[in-house]
Amino acid sequence: MHLKTLSLGLVAGLLVSSAAFAEGIDTKRLHPKDEKFSFEGPFGTYDRGALQRGFQVYKEVCAACHAANHLSFHNLDEKGGPEFTEAQAKALAAAVKVPAEPNDKGETTDEKGVPLMRSATLADHFPPPYPNENAARANNGGALPPDLSMIVKAREGGAQYVYSILTGFHEKAPAGFKVTANKYFNPYFEGWNISMPSPLAANGVTYSDGTKATIEQQAHDVVTFLAWASEPKMEERKRFGFGTMAFLIVLAGLLFAAYRKLWKDQH
Amino acid sequence: MSGPSTYNPKSGFERWLDARLPLPRLMHDTMQTFPTPRNLNIWYTFGGILTFCLGVQIITGVVLAMHYVANAGLAFDSVEAIMRDVNYGWLIRYMHANGASMFFLAVYIHMFRGLYYGSYKAPRELIWIIGVLIYLLMMATAFFGYVLPWGQMSFWGATVITNLFSAIPVIGNHIATWLWGDFAVGDATLNRFFSLHYLLPFIIAGVVGLHIWALHVPGNNNPLGIDVKSPQDTLPFHPYYTVKDAFYLVLFVILFAGFVFYSPDFFGNPDNYQPANPLVTPPDIVPEWYLLPFYAMLRSIPNKLLGVIVMGGAIVTLVFIPWLDTSRVRSCRFRPLMKQFFWAFAVCCVLLGYCGAQAVDAARFGIPLVWVARIASLYYFAFFWLIMPIIGLIETPKKLPASIAQSVFGDNAATPAE
Repeated sequence: MHLKTLSLGLVAGLLVSSAAFAEGIDTKRLHPKDEKFSFEGPFGTYDRGALQRGFQVYKEVCAACHAANHLSFHNLDEKGGPEFTEAQAKALAAAVKVPAEPNDKGETTDEKGVPLMRSATLADHFPPPYPNENAARANNGGALPPDLSMIVKAREGGAQYVYSILTGFHEKAPAGFKVTANKYFNPYFEGWNISMPSPLAANGVTYSDGTKATIEQQAHDVVTFLAWASEPKMEERKRFGFGTMAFLIVLAGLLFAAYRKLWKDQH
Repeated sequence: MSGPSTYNPKSGFERWLDARLPLPRLMHDTMQTFPTPRNLNIWYTFGGILTFCLGVQIITGVVLAMHYVANAGLAFDSVEAIMRDVNYGWLIRYMHANGASMFFLAVYIHMFRGLYYGSYKAPRELIWIIGVLIYLLMMATAFFGYVLPWGQMSFWGATVITNLFSAIPVIGNHIATWLWGDFAVGDATLNRFFSLHYLLPFIIAGVVGLHIWALHVPGNNNPLGIDVKSPQDTLPFHPYYTVKDAFYLVLFVILFAGFVFYSPDFFGNPDNYQPANPLVTPPDIVPEWYLLPFYAMLRSIPNKLLGVIVMGGAIVTLVFIPWLDTSRVRSCRFRPLMKQFFWAFAVCCVLLGYCGAQAVDAARFGIPLVWVARIASLYYFAFFWLIMPIIGLIETPKKLPASIAQSVFGDNAATPAE
């Protein structure tokens, strides 16, 4: 496939650090850490405490650079999610400013030309940190922080991958591996050079429930939150699955009995 | 078998209707009394399962189309809105996405069953050929459908596949441009793919009607591959096969539900949860699993045009099978040589699928997979164009049983309770 080889070469040339290849080190990403999460398995649910703490980490740390466009404030009080109370969700929304609709005179800015803002409501999506892609890149050394609404589903390795990235900044780069300028070493990221500096610091957030905010704890919590953001209907899905399976197995049993009875002398 | 109709209208209304539009007679003859060989095994339940799959895809698809927006700027978000904001949208979409994989799983079993028991042989050639046409339509529909979520794999898959047409000499590039409706895959492409994705399933439904019609003339083949000789060889379709098909259908639905509820992204690619970006090519562009064997053939050939011809030829070949098989015996049960070549063929298909899923330059046990794919492709064609005609002439088949009833009940039980 000419097209594919061509585009592959292009991507390799553009994205992968050439320095690493020059040293002859295989910079294929490491296998993600085997972190266990409460939402795994056919009966797994999201840990409510981890979701609420994870939202705090997202809000105070990630949201500075990353959008989560597919999330709305009303998701925060929905069943199967962090399950804040409606009052809490409203308060969380009200603390965030979003661009206001045109006022009665049709203006979108005040007399000084500053855009009109209003408090967010439950109906609003989480506002992005930058107005557009160029602004995001300009503020992040040319790199685009990806939208986090589906990050867990959009990466091979899922929750374990995101967790490994968040906790993988402290490993020592092997001798001979040169970290590219303005990049950071993370062996769980393809090519080992990542544009994001280590986002989490020990006690970087203060949990209101008294949980000790180690880097691992914050990573575990925020990954739980992001897993829910990717798959907000997971708990409903598994509940439905259980009922459906039970029904189908009973139905199969009845049909099998009918089948055996009818065919008794026919084969 | 299309014998004389046994329908007997009971009420005045049924007599009135029967004289004008004999729909009840059709249902009675094809779905109730239809004489069916009494020895059909589990592999014969997949016809019913496939009808179910088509129904699921059409019903869930129609509902999805109510919420989906065929616009390059909005498609991705509209799919995500279905997952989050539409009541049970997640269920409908996961059923549709996994339903496609289930559909192909069932169709492959159905096709290999037909190959093994010689169901394509006279007088059932047309059933087989119509089936190949359905398979082709299914592949086209699945491809169009995979493009619609407008994720990275959607976009790049569409780019790779439509670019295949540019391999055609002289007019290739014009054909590609004509397919795209633009100079690259874009909004115009997405819109026409959506239109075709909505249209083709109904064409499939029509062709399935022909497939079943053609089946009801000679009647079912069976694992013995011998003709029905007396009424003792058959059972009425209802209730015997309705209950058997229903049981196995429910087992199939349990598998289906397992994926939908517990591993809905099993067949998916994480890249397709990233919005389409024409500026960033994913490191590996992989089609859905059911197209992988053909993808492996395409990639194993260094010349693009030749690759496209081989890939197309692999499907066109299927049309000629009824005449490539020279054996007078249908079922591989009685063809000791053919049976072995058949299983080797099945292994080759799986091997091709495996190669298609790996990186182009991958190797296993020091063997470059591209060579594995080349040898498997060679066998694929050799199986149909050389082995089938030759084996049919040189093979000594085993002795066929006298009748289906005799094989089921043994020699002395000539009068089963019926």
